[in-house]
Formats: sequence, C-alpha cells, structure tokens
Amino acid sequence: MINKIHLTPPLEREKLETLTIGDNILISGVIYTARDTAHKRLVEFLDKGKPLPFDISGQIIYYVGPTPARPGRPIGSAGPTTSCRMDAYAPRLMEAGMRGMIGKGPRSPEVIDSMKKWGCVYFGATGGAGALLSLPIKKAEIIAFEDLGPEAVRRLEVKDFPVVILNDVRGNDLYKDNVEKYKRK
Amino acid sequence: MRSIPFETVKGKIKEACIEANYILGEDVLGGFRRALGEEDSPIGKEVLNQLIENARIAREERIPLCQDTGLAVFFVEVGDAVTIEGGRLSEAINEGVREGYRDGFLRKSACHPFSRKNTGDNTPAIIYYELVPGDRLTITFCAKGGGSENMSRATMLKPSDGLAGVEDFVVNRVWEAQANPCPPIIVGVGIGGTMERAALLAKKSLLRPLGQENPDPELVDIEKRLLKKINCLGIGPAGLGGRTTALAVHIILEPCHIASLPVAVNLNCHSSRHGEILL
Repeated sequence: MINKIHLTPPLEREKLETLTIGDNILISGVIYTARDTAHKRLVEFLDKGKPLPFDISGQIIYYVGPTPARPGRPIGSAGPTTSCRMDAYAPRLMEAGMRGMIGKGPRSPEVIDSMKKWGCVYFGATGGAGALLSLPIKKAEIIAFEDLGPEAVRRLEVKDFPVVILNDVRGNDLYKDNVEKYKRK
Repeated sequence: MRSIPFETVKGKIKEACIEANYILGEDVLGGFRRALGEEDSPIGKEVLNQLIENARIAREERIPLCQDTGLAVFFVEVGDAVTIEGGRLSEAINEGVREGYRDGFLRKSACHPFSRKNTGDNTPAIIYYELVPGDRLTITFCAKGGGSENMSRATMLKPSDGLAGVEDFVVNRVWEAQANPCPPIIVGVGIGGTMERAALLAKKSLLRPLGQENPDPELVDIEKRLLKKINCLGIGPAGLGGRTTALAVHIILEPCHIASLPVAVNLNCHSSRHGEILL
C-alpha cells in the first residue's frame, strides 16, 4: 500500500520542505483553476498593480478547463492540461504568493528555479483521466473571467484529490529521474 | 442517385460526437490491458489502472473521458451517387457538432488564434472530403485534443536521409514531446505526398483501429521497429517512466516529388476517441 500524504492549502514553507518527488498526495480544501488566457490576465493585473480576483498566498492553481457540469453535478470532466504553456507566467504568480501548481508535463528550468526560490511545488495529476479526477471535486464556482468559458477562474472544493510531486522545492524532477530509470538502448 | 436527408446526417453526427467522448473503444482498452501485463514500472502500472478506471467511470457515470473533448475532425467519403436532401453536407456536420457538444455537455475548445475568443459551439468542424464511387456516405469522427496535437510536427527531409532519417525524426519527436501528449500515445506517421498531404496522412493513419495490421506489407516491419525504439525511450504512462510510451505506430505512405521526402508525425493521446457513421 502506497503511503499517501494529506495536504490542505494554504501551504506553508515548512511543510513543503518535507515533501519530495514521487510522494503521493491527497489534496483537500480549496484550490483555484486557471489556464492560458486566465494566466495572461492575472499577470496583467499584477503588472498594473491591481489586486488579483482571489488571495493567492499559499494557494494551489490547477491548470484545467473542465467540461460543462450536468445538472446536479458540481463539474464535468476535469483533468490537467499541459503545464509548459503556463511557464511564461508561473514565476510571477509565485512571486505573488502561489505555492502549488497542478498540471501535466515538464516545466522549464526558469520555472524550476523560481520554485526553489519561492518554495513552491509542482503536482502532477494523470492527464486524460478527467472523469476519474472530477469525482473528488465537490463544489465549483466561477469567481473571475466568466467570459472565458472553460478558461474562467474557478474556486474548487476538493476532497482527497490525488496528485504526485513532480518537482519539489529543492529542484528535483520526477520526470527526469524516472524516464532515465526506464530508458533502454 | 441516392438521397440522404440532412436531418439524418445531422442526428448521426451529434450522436457520434457524444458517444465517442464517453465510451472508449475496446481496441484502446485492450491496448491498456496488454500494456499492463508488460509494464515494469509501478507508477506506470498505477497510471494504466487509472486509465482503465477512468474509462469505466466515463461510461457508467456519463462524464466525458477527458475535459479536452477536442476539435471535431471528420474524414468523409462521399459516394458520387449521393445527394443530401434539405441542406448542405458541411452544414449538416457543423450543425451536428453544435448540438452534440451542447447537449452532450462537451467542452467548446475552438477559438480565434489571436483574440482567443471562443466560437462558443466548437465549430467550425475540421472536415476532409474524398469523392468515392457508389451511393454510400461514410463519415469518421475524431475528437482531437490540443495536448497531443501541439506535440505534432511535419518536416521536409532530403531524399538522401532515407528511411533512417524518417525513423530518427519520428523517434525524436516522441522524445521531445515527453509527457505532454498524454502517453501511452498512438503515433501517426504520414510519409510522402506534399507538405500538407503528409500531415493529412499522419492524421488519417490514427483512424486505423489498434491491433489491426497495416495493409501495406512494406510498412508492417517499419511500424514494429519504430514501436520498439519508442518504447525503449523510458517515457512511460503519463511520462512518469516505464516501457509503455506508445500503444502503436501507424504509417501511411504515398509517392512524393523526386526532390522531396515529406514526413509528418501526428500524435494521439491515449484517449483515442473515434466514431464511424455509415449511411
């Protein structure tokens, strides 16, 4: 049985320093969604010195654009999108207080450096498992950029949302280590 | 001439869009199960189990397999003795997409390239027509996600690069894509034609059901060799390390210009969602 670690935002540096790549994490509590265009807008807010639509201190951003919810359900299918498209914006959001990101796929060296600098972790959720990953989402509410449709910023309430640590605060990289392990000539 | 009502085409398109996004094909599920038996990586096995479980939840709970329900891509074979009664074929397809993505609670993922303004109904559909003899209409639907499409590439090699150059290009493409296209992937390869023809052939090759042998005997061994090379890369399920980076390599080859060797690689995520309509 794999040992699972429970986490609830806001995330504290002390706690994040105990986490390492490959750790299985179950997130409960509130997380926020944002993807491509929402990131562009959030950084524009920061550039103009305007307050963000939510308090980002210690918070986790999930890179997801869900399908519409069926009546009676909080959300539709909700798996991660490719994170590298958010690399241009992520360091600015870390500077503003973000301490966790959920997505899929490798990050740039700049993002990994920023994670070390600010004490932020990158969690991976299984890409293409949107039906499975929608079940731990108990509540979803659009809080900004409603005009963006699937790309709007949502406040999610989750219970035991399953992720794995891909990059920890020390700059380790699960993708690199594991792919190397299974590479054959 | 044989006449097919506009409403019939529209209704079938709507149904195909919805069903393909909720029910994963048995060929793909079979691929997951086979991979599970061959995978050594514990985290790779866990991911494959999650994908099998995800397909069950999608089917039973009516939640789309993936939140990226794709751009709607269609390959249409129109018999030269077929007419559509009550409207145009392209409009019947687009109207079916509109209704399917709305009533099926599917994500609308089409937007303007610069303003990023969403078109709101997942149209325009991407439609490729081929005129064939006869009085049948065959439409193949594919929900193509952005993650795997973004990792696809086309190139114009030199004839002197030969088969070895083609194989290097394909393997390097998969290596550079890493976890991004949602492995285990299906690798579609188009060789020959012109630049855009190679890309189209690569996409078309993805429509072949998993496990079905290439009808061109010349390509069977190349596909097997490429699959072996790709599965030695170590990328594995979800890119987290393992043997199962690809479930299959599919190739279509056509003649090309004496000066050229066009190659395109179109990657498909593990959520390979297709539907076929025969009218």
